[in-house]
Amino acid sequence: MAISSSLSPDSKTLTIQVEGRFDASSLDEFRKCYEDVSGGVPERYNVDLKNAVYLDSSALGMLLVLRDYAGGENAQITISNCSPEVKKIFSISSFEQLFTIQ
Amino acid sequence: MRSLQDRLPAESATENTGALKILVAEDSAADRLILQSMLQRSGHEVVLAEDGESAITAFSECHPDLVFLDVIMPNVNGIEAARRIKSLAGDELVPVIFLTSLADAESLATCLDAGGDDFLSKPYNQIVLDSKIKAFSRMREMHRTVAHQKDQIALHNKHLIQEQNVAKQVFDKIAHAGALKLDIIRYYMSALAVFNGDVLLAEVSPRGSLFVVLGDFTGHGLPAAIGSMPLAATFYGMVGKGFSLADILREINQKLYQTLPVGLFCCATCVDINFKKNRISVWNGGLPDNILYRHKTRTYERVKSSHLPLGVLSNRDFKADTQVLHLEPGDHFLMWSDGIQEARNRAGVMFGEDNINAVLDSSLDASAVYAQILKNVQEHIGSTEKDDDISLVDITFPEDDSKVQGLVPKSGMRNGYLEDWELTLTLVASSLKTFNPLSLLIHVISEVPGLRQNSSVLYTVLSELFNNALEHGVLGLESSIKSSPTGFAEYYRLRKEGLEALTEAFVRFEFRHEVRENGGMLTITVVDSGKGFVPQDLPLTGDPQKLPASAQYYGRGLTLVASICDSLQILPPGNRVRVQFSWNYEE
Repeated sequence: MAISSSLSPDSKTLTIQVEGRFDASSLDEFRKCYEDVSGGVPERYNVDLKNAVYLDSSALGMLLVLRDYAGGENAQITISNCSPEVKKIFSISSFEQLFTIQ
Repeated sequence: MRSLQDRLPAESATENTGALKILVAEDSAADRLILQSMLQRSGHEVVLAEDGESAITAFSECHPDLVFLDVIMPNVNGIEAARRIKSLAGDELVPVIFLTSLADAESLATCLDAGGDDFLSKPYNQIVLDSKIKAFSRMREMHRTVAHQKDQIALHNKHLIQEQNVAKQVFDKIAHAGALKLDIIRYYMSALAVFNGDVLLAEVSPRGSLFVVLGDFTGHGLPAAIGSMPLAATFYGMVGKGFSLADILREINQKLYQTLPVGLFCCATCVDINFKKNRISVWNGGLPDNILYRHKTRTYERVKSSHLPLGVLSNRDFKADTQVLHLEPGDHFLMWSDGIQEARNRAGVMFGEDNINAVLDSSLDASAVYAQILKNVQEHIGSTEKDDDISLVDITFPEDDSKVQGLVPKSGMRNGYLEDWELTLTLVASSLKTFNPLSLLIHVISEVPGLRQNSSVLYTVLSELFNNALEHGVLGLESSIKSSPTGFAEYYRLRKEGLEALTEAFVRFEFRHEVRENGGMLTITVVDSGKGFVPQDLPLTGDPQKLPASAQYYGRGLTLVASICDSLQILPPGNRVRVQFSWNYEE
């Protein structure tokens, strides 16, 4: 399980990359990724699930906590590179109304 | 154990640390300067060119040891320049490394096709650059040694052949004849074809379909042969267990991707012939067009390669979709490796596409096409040349498939095929503290062919059931703690504390899988030592209904499970949750 993040050159987008399982075991790591950003306050967030294999509902909760942190209703969060299975799970939870799912 | 490499001439293994003459062709002055200074720092002599044309001229004049080419350049692009340089270099090995910011597989494949030996991605990294040069320099050195020491090579070649024979015996044990002995399959491959990188495997599945794969590994000799071992083992193992063509392809691709070095991969055609439904599913990744030759009309259809070879893409990007064609009795399916087109006669002329097309277009009887192509190729090559690069396969779709069905493994002989089974796993407090059982359980479930492709959603199901049992059942945590961001973190802190203090508790998984008419049913029951609890307002039907879009951090788990599974029941007194998940054979 590894989570890493990087800020875009213009400091406006924070990309968080999740590898392997995305569940409660990565809670602290995930939170640190967006709370301890040095070098600017991002306006947008991109959670890249390209290398995420599995996720469960605790991951959904973590994404919603990020959404609140990033401004709730006004948060701009994209969840990218979702596999069809992951998309299905987001769709069941109607996450496409809260996030941009790609 | 001594490896083959230990016995190669010592000179060839000696690392060449000397400076090289390196040609850099790059149209961007800045990039050129960066690469030049990096190369000079490592002690190499650098010749510069600013476009493709001057690169070719510089190559002829300076005879560099190694060439770096930008892909996109004015006046002859990198790909064309590589082609010309490779042809100028003739027999001499002059490694061509493309400088690229291109990332898509197709462009990279084009570069390889043009004779490129490797890529170097921008921005350049000194360490990567140095090690690539070192590797290619070593390769050149080896090439030169081999050229100059033919006698020694001849001796070693003898050893090599002896060892290949031993390796072949090992390979034959893995890649046993399988269904190749069926008289509907005709094929031509040399005795040691496996060491030319060609491999042909056939096996009948438990459902009576015939699976055939013809693979052509890049490279020759042992590296190619080594790749065919996991290919064969995976193929026979999975066909025998009844996995679908897509699952088998994904697994083979994954294995090759993980084990083969970059640049070594396997062009292949894999087919699944379903005799009940009279159809063939074809996956062609990198082999020449496959031919479906019609018995009735004496015409043919081509199945072009529509995928990258096996072992190139990670499974994330790998596509296993097939082309499906209807078959009639007497139709023939033909496939071959590029050795057929590239077979040379004494004058070095290739047999070529046109000669093949001439046979295909001559309205032969369907059963005569295979023999005619083979005859023409062999006549073209003549008797003096070795013909061991040729692999040609012909499969007849028979009137009567009883011989194929005779090879269907009897259920008792299906090696390791999980059909009806039950499994109980009980984790007590000490294990609950330290062990996450989900990977283990997913691993077991994936042994069932129909469940493997659902392993991602089943992981979610197991994870929810396990966390439900552990957090709410055993630890008695309330979801509502998670109603604020701090509460969310607090919840998981409490979970950790609770686990540490845990003394007597258990979570038990009970799995039961039954084979059904056209698939199977998996029942999972998760029991915990808690006193039981029934969540409010839980839609317990199996209807895949959507949850309202809610920004609440909790309360999705079991509803997700209910929408993935056919049914979800919470059994009294609420410490026992049972779900059922059914699957069908892929149509």
